[in-house]
Amino acid sequence: MSLAEDTRTRSLPDRLNGPGTRILKSWELLLFGIAVLIFVANTQASPYFLDPWNLSDATFNFTEKAMIGFAMALLIISGEIDLSVAGIIALASTAMGWALQFGVGTPGLIAIGLAVGLLCGAFNGVLVTRLGLPSIVVTIGTMSLFRGISYIVLGDQAFNGYPDSFAWLGRGYVFWVISFELTLFALFAVIYGVVLHKTNFGRHVYTIGNNPMAARFSGIRVERVKMILFLLTGLMSGIAAICLTARLGSTRPSIAYAWELEVVTMVVLGGVSILGGSGSILGVVIAALVMGMVTFGLGLLNVPGIVMSIFIGGLLIGVIAIPRLVTKLRRA
Amino acid sequence: MTLTRRFAIGLGIAASLMGSTAMAQDNVRIALVAKSLGNGFFEAAARGAEEAAGELGNTEIIYTGPTSTTAEGQIEVINSLIAQRVDAIAISANDPDAVVPALQKAMQRGITVISWDSGVAPEGREMHLAPSSDELIGQTIIKLAADQLPEGGKVAVLSATSTSTNQNTWIEEMNKVMDQYPDIEVVATVYGDDLADKSYREAQGLMQSYPDLDAIIAPTSVGIVAAAQAVQDEGKVGEVNVTGLGLPSEMAGAIESGASKSFAIWNPVDLGYTTAMIAHALATDEATAEPGAEISTGRMGSVTLDDSNSAAMSEPFTYDASNIDEFKGIF
Repeated sequence: MSLAEDTRTRSLPDRLNGPGTRILKSWELLLFGIAVLIFVANTQASPYFLDPWNLSDATFNFTEKAMIGFAMALLIISGEIDLSVAGIIALASTAMGWALQFGVGTPGLIAIGLAVGLLCGAFNGVLVTRLGLPSIVVTIGTMSLFRGISYIVLGDQAFNGYPDSFAWLGRGYVFWVISFELTLFALFAVIYGVVLHKTNFGRHVYTIGNNPMAARFSGIRVERVKMILFLLTGLMSGIAAICLTARLGSTRPSIAYAWELEVVTMVVLGGVSILGGSGSILGVVIAALVMGMVTFGLGLLNVPGIVMSIFIGGLLIGVIAIPRLVTKLRRA
Repeated sequence: MTLTRRFAIGLGIAASLMGSTAMAQDNVRIALVAKSLGNGFFEAAARGAEEAAGELGNTEIIYTGPTSTTAEGQIEVINSLIAQRVDAIAISANDPDAVVPALQKAMQRGITVISWDSGVAPEGREMHLAPSSDELIGQTIIKLAADQLPEGGKVAVLSATSTSTNQNTWIEEMNKVMDQYPDIEVVATVYGDDLADKSYREAQGLMQSYPDLDAIIAPTSVGIVAAAQAVQDEGKVGEVNVTGLGLPSEMAGAIESGASKSFAIWNPVDLGYTTAMIAHALATDEATAEPGAEISTGRMGSVTLDDSNSAAMSEPFTYDASNIDEFKGIF
């Protein structure tokens, strides 16, 4: 009996199989229910909500953050975290703006954005996996370091004058109201969903998050997997930097300020355990939609931003507390 | 927990979303977008805008802005204002370039867009309302000093850095009108680099080099506070009057001690009022934003647009013992 209990709580709670399926499934169902309710509430509260173009505009509230969120979800599931993602955006954007001064074209700018993202991810990854430092400490440090470099380069100045072909990456539409960013968001959702839930690599990520020691004894190259996850998070931050810079058309050192917390909020709201070991990409996608709709819906009612933060904070604590309460109630 | 109970919780959360529904649609709705919420300067501007709305009638002011001073936050706000089809957006921009695409979209959809306080690049707005102009600031700072010296006297300028564009322009404009004050002599211009301690030492130095100095003009909010402190510490209150540009919250002590008789800075209430008046006039087609146009702004008179469709509201507002208490809590 005690062995069975043990297996139950310690099992890999990937939602596709295992005894944890039911709880996690209902988690996403709960979140989806909230999303639907918010959607309905929004349509009731504002006559402007149900307009394809307005909804399309609103997607820009979350697409860039969610792209980072997918990689962050994997990283958090593996038991690590990266709080420097917004700093990476600032540095990558600054590098692109700097290159622009020398007449670098759109393909070059994209390459620079991706490269800076990867380099920053590698820097975090090496510090965590080679030196064995705790990722939360490392990335709190690099968060200030990366943004600090932007401040040194830019001060109170700005880089602007990005070419139109570059601006398209942040403002362009692929088809009707479907923006390029939204397309990227959907594409990455599928890619990360497949990687996490359908590949050996994804299984390794869960295993490491549940028990790194057991993972190592099972022959999983724990450090290498973590290094790849830091690189991916850096790369996604680079992609977000490209989209955001293109959308704004200018680079200032305060770009994407405090986004790291919004990204982590989105991931945790999506049902990824902050302690690692469980979570799904579907949850993150729904969480992104919830946060986007709440921000836009409250914006339509001209509710001050601080009230939105309170709402998101309340939602976050609520969804974290509910499973715990469920467990307690079941035991009682 | 049952599924129904789970949804009941969700419903509770969602219910908090259900605020008041849309207002009467025939009102002219003017959105006043601040750099960030929770800043006394913008709160005061919003009060001025409400005052204008009260005078105009059938006008609704939507005072909004992001929680931190970022361009991304303002773009989200602009998008939600476009979605609500407001009649006018008046914005104090966190980034003159980054908000341009969003504002251009607003203009394409028939929304009047103006910037105020902190401007937007010309392609992203119909006009810009600056709180004041270099010319008016230059004239004001010398007038403030001269008003306290009917017999004439010696004044010195304590500026920011020798390369500060704003301060240099204002001092230049001041020098242009010096012939109106034949009895006033500018004996020196020193630079405190906008650092409190350096400004303080420079002010001390001025009083030692010119024992008969009558006034220090500091066209910088750092310099003016430091100079007032130096005058107080040297026991020269009543002999040397400190004036220039400063913030009421920081200058309240200097006004109280008498180290400064008066100083100037734009008045946020007037700025919000004028912004709302202009936005209303443009949104209702009572006025057009084009170079040379004159737009009436109620109790503030009128403004005239220059070649870049910018206008200056008025000369800076003078703060002294009579009104400092009212404004020191605002900004």
